[in-house]
Amino acid sequence: MSTLIKQDLFEGLLESAHSGFEDARNEAKSSYLAQGLPGAKAEEYKFTGITKKLEQTFQQLSPAQSFEVSAETVKSAIFEGFSGDILVFTNGKFQPSLSSIIDGLEVSLLSEKPETAIGSIAKPGKDAFCALNQASFENGIFISVPKKAQIEKPILLLFFNKENSGAVIQPRVWIEVGDFAEVTFIDQSINLSESPYFINKVVEIKGALNSHVHYYRLQNEGKNAFEVSNIETDIQKDSKFNSVTISLSGEMVRNNLSLNLLGSNSEGNMYGLYLLNGKAHVDNHTNVDHTIPHAESNELYKGILDDQSRGVFNGKIFVRQDAQKTNAFQQNNNILLSEDATVNTKPQLEIWADDVKCSHGCTTGQLDEEALFYLQARGIGKDQARGFLLYAFAGEVLEHIEEESFRTYCTELVQQRLGSKL
Amino acid sequence: MLSIKNLHASIEGTPILRGINLEVKAGEVHAIMGPNGSGKSTLASVLAGREEYEVTEGEVIFKGKNLLDLAPEDRAREGVFLAFQYPVEIPGVSSTNFLRTAVNQVREYRGQEPLDAVKFLTMMKEKMKLVEIDQKLLSRSLNEGFSGGEKKRNEIFQMAMLEPTLSILDETDSGLDIDALRIVSNGVNQLKSDKTATIVVTHYQRLLDYIVPDFVHVLYKGRIVKSGTKELAMELEEKGYDWIKEAVDSEATV
Repeated sequence: MSTLIKQDLFEGLLESAHSGFEDARNEAKSSYLAQGLPGAKAEEYKFTGITKKLEQTFQQLSPAQSFEVSAETVKSAIFEGFSGDILVFTNGKFQPSLSSIIDGLEVSLLSEKPETAIGSIAKPGKDAFCALNQASFENGIFISVPKKAQIEKPILLLFFNKENSGAVIQPRVWIEVGDFAEVTFIDQSINLSESPYFINKVVEIKGALNSHVHYYRLQNEGKNAFEVSNIETDIQKDSKFNSVTISLSGEMVRNNLSLNLLGSNSEGNMYGLYLLNGKAHVDNHTNVDHTIPHAESNELYKGILDDQSRGVFNGKIFVRQDAQKTNAFQQNNNILLSEDATVNTKPQLEIWADDVKCSHGCTTGQLDEEALFYLQARGIGKDQARGFLLYAFAGEVLEHIEEESFRTYCTELVQQRLGSKL
Repeated sequence: MLSIKNLHASIEGTPILRGINLEVKAGEVHAIMGPNGSGKSTLASVLAGREEYEVTEGEVIFKGKNLLDLAPEDRAREGVFLAFQYPVEIPGVSSTNFLRTAVNQVREYRGQEPLDAVKFLTMMKEKMKLVEIDQKLLSRSLNEGFSGGEKKRNEIFQMAMLEPTLSILDETDSGLDIDALRIVSNGVNQLKSDKTATIVVTHYQRLLDYIVPDFVHVLYKGRIVKSGTKELAMELEEKGYDWIKEAVDSEATV
């Protein structure tokens, strides 16, 4: 019975009429109703009690309304040094009039592409929030990078959020990248309101033969943000997927990032950095599925946690029986700066093939006092010495952002936060 | 320059230093020798301000200031330099950035203008010659993957860059082969002046062939039990520490 009460939270969402993708929506709705929202005992949400948190914060969650942003607001939100295309979303809904789209990239509303196989990558059965999004999203976006296209400048996905009445913001993004194409996305949210809001985001990425996709993400929306995201990628033979997720704040954030390696010689790299303070809570659940031989995956997630913040890392790696000669590496390292900060970290490897190289490791510790003293003994003030060491720790993730302007921007944000500005 | 009076220090409640008295004047080189566990490295650490040690009694006056009141970084800025026995590897911190920050923070404290990139690099190149350190080493993270000898050379290089008035070398010689020892000692000797002083903490006399001390002190059970000139070091080399231990221990039992 308890699940019924919980589902009331999203009743308005499921009841309202949605256009297009009727079959996919119906399938997702049944899946959602069958799963129910993750309760206190849900293993996958053991450390991230998002359902309870949402119930405590919101009475009812209704679909978010789109709103207008001025060109100035958009302009001021773009980080310094950025040069490239911008796709603007308000409360999750794509706003073509505010976006700039270059030739060679196909962008439209998902509703204009009814043949899109939504839910075929991020399957609704895996996660109730993913199902909820599929059942009730509005104005999703369809992005297609044609064969052999080399999109040199990054594409900025700018999500403006403004909510005053407890609504659900449900971005839905479908990206397909053609054979031999290369593209970089930067996914950033901007908060324009003071009250709490809930984002339930789904991004599906389909990388074709020998394609390269970079997906960078910055989460820095402050303590009003509750967020669950499901970002899932399928990549084919000889293709590459790189992601870097930087999380600097969030009341409760859950990132489900999944990668399916479907063709040999494919490579996936997932990096993450979470710098948390106050009561921020960020949970990164990653999932890498090696289904074929000769593929490689690397994962490095690092966290620095202060005050009463909480970090969760759960890294699943499946190596299926056919996936011989797999290389899969995973690492999660954390520094706790306060007695009250918490990290829950769990590597989860399931290996069915016998000729593979897999490793994983996790560490949680304090700042290295000996290193701190060494720097101080050379005349460097304690705060700066501390910043130096923390930045050195964090830098190992930042260096994987290949897009220079975004790397510089994130580096500055991180240095400011850590007080390590040189 | 440095005046240590009746210094007592302990770690986690265990007393290590039990009343050290030492006067060091500008232009002097003092060697502190002693058997393992006598408190040599503790003395070096306490002077540099390592937090694990608690000073329970006594005072340390450096250039008229109470050194024990100062944070480690301020001691360094005042001109105290500790060459670490075990220099720390710090991945991700570039040697050059680290050193430039250190040099400029020290300069700022001393009321000097910060060095711009060009002047800093010029100074670096000049000081690198002193300890025959390779540019390639300094383009790496601080001490990361350095050999033992490279780490010790890097310590002396940092010393050269920071221009301290009091240098404390904590077992800088241990683990060095003869070539590295010669290079390190050469560096130290070239940095000596009549305005600076050096305290050499060592277990072995060998280093003192290269860095010739004006005074030699033997530390045992947290006290200086014997002082003399470089001849004392020769005697220790020949006879070991047992005769001193015996003399001290028999006095204690009387």
